[in-house]
Amino acid sequence: MTSIGTGYDLSNSVFSPDGRNFQVEYAVKAVENGGTAIGIRCKDGVVLGLEKLVSSKLLKKDANKRISTVDRNMGVVYSGLQPDGKHFVSRARDEASSWRSTYKAPIPVSSLANRMGSYVQAYTLYNSVRPFGITAIIGGYDAETELSVDGAVGSGPKSGSGGKTKGAKEGGPYLYMIEPSGTYWGYYGAASGKGRQAAKSELEKLKLDPKDGECISLEEGVKEAARIIYVAHEDNKDKDFELELTWVSSVAGPTKGRHEEVPKALREEAEKLAKKSMEGDEDDEEEEKMEE
Amino acid sequence: MVMMMNGQTGMLGEDGIHIDMNHLKSGEVNLGTSIMAINFKDGVILGADSRTTTGAYIANRVTDKLTQVHDTIWCCRSGSAADTQAVADIVQYHLGMYGITNDEPPTTQTAAAIFQELCYDNKDALSAGIIIAGWDKRHGGQVYSIPLGGSLHKQAYAIGGSGSTYIYGYCDANWKENMDEEEGIKFVKGALQEAIKWDGSSGGVIRMVVLTAAGAIRHLYLPDRNYTGPGTGKP
Repeated sequence: MTSIGTGYDLSNSVFSPDGRNFQVEYAVKAVENGGTAIGIRCKDGVVLGLEKLVSSKLLKKDANKRISTVDRNMGVVYSGLQPDGKHFVSRARDEASSWRSTYKAPIPVSSLANRMGSYVQAYTLYNSVRPFGITAIIGGYDAETELSVDGAVGSGPKSGSGGKTKGAKEGGPYLYMIEPSGTYWGYYGAASGKGRQAAKSELEKLKLDPKDGECISLEEGVKEAARIIYVAHEDNKDKDFELELTWVSSVAGPTKGRHEEVPKALREEAEKLAKKSMEGDEDDEEEEKMEE
Repeated sequence: MVMMMNGQTGMLGEDGIHIDMNHLKSGEVNLGTSIMAINFKDGVILGADSRTTTGAYIANRVTDKLTQVHDTIWCCRSGSAADTQAVADIVQYHLGMYGITNDEPPTTQTAAAIFQELCYDNKDALSAGIIIAGWDKRHGGQVYSIPLGGSLHKQAYAIGGSGSTYIYGYCDANWKENMDEEEGIKFVKGALQEAIKWDGSSGGVIRMVVLTAAGAIRHLYLPDRNYTGPGTGKP
């Protein structure tokens, strides 16, 4: 980088002559070194996955969870600096609860992404702060059922109009990714961190766009998420890691509308399949070598 | 439990309804009122009389007590005119902001939640009995009532104001679920006519707003035509 040392990279609030904000670009570098995080938006829910790099053998296995719940129906996973991620999550929880106290209803995923996008963006503007060293993936399920006002009494009429419109389709699974610049987009599949390129090319192979017909189911999504994290770990093989998986479905689905850890049995099955598929790949390579 | 469904100045005690005549400041403008809102097949209908009083004096005989807070979310106001106008203005501001920042119109639930928060938090300072009725794409029509203490009730239909005490029987006897628009208008008009007849603090014209997928349509019914018209036409 020829621009380093020119002084334009020392502060947030100063642009370089060619219109770049180097502090934000350095924050992106911090994210690129973090463990891979992914999110998959399936037909009936969202899966969040994380390659949690183990920094010490003294850390207790399966403790120190890093995928967080910010509201009953919403989770956040991030790559990059952990303390920044913790702060992001804490702010997301505040936003979700403030929305609840104002509107007496859960915050839609899109609105949380919007508010957190604005929050992260504000950290690129001022001299006294630095940008977030994380890219965060928000996954959640907006209820499809009738939304009641928290604390209201009564249910209205039994027939006709009165909050019981049949066939009105609302809500569903949603996935957003927020970058250090504050940019956020809605995704079918999202990946960040060290193995994001490998993960993205795997995500692109999945059927996630409803326009291409039936999307993959939540359970398939869990298995794919595990496999993709293992694929993404290939470039970082020297480090140990733990697989962390969470999911959220509709009220009618396996998580009853809540964001929670994937049950141990399913996670272990997904992990076994993931390992098996990796072994399969290695076999292929060996076969290729035999042919030489 | 002390609770009043009419959103007015009465209190239900063991020995009947007590009217507190001193709760308003002297000279304060009162909506001694008959208001109601109902669900029908395609949405909701709001209705109200048009009398505003300061004590015995009729300050306005053609008041509009049906107030718009968003495109298809309206409310009926009863109690202090100043208090309810102020509350409706604040809710209108919040719903406007909600619509812009979320790229999506607010639901009737959102409106009801904001109304309730304001009415409950400021219960000691306000005399406001409000009925919220709205139509949105997701839920269709809905009616919510917020009586004096700031509780929130989802109802098939709601009546309020001093005049409502006279029409509990009428409404109970004539209410049907799933009415069509014509039946709904007849029900509201019939009820409000009785309320105006018996309640000294209610009177003037009958105003209505019909909220459906087609939007908001105002109706007007004049006493000198025996409340037959002009309906949606020009007077």
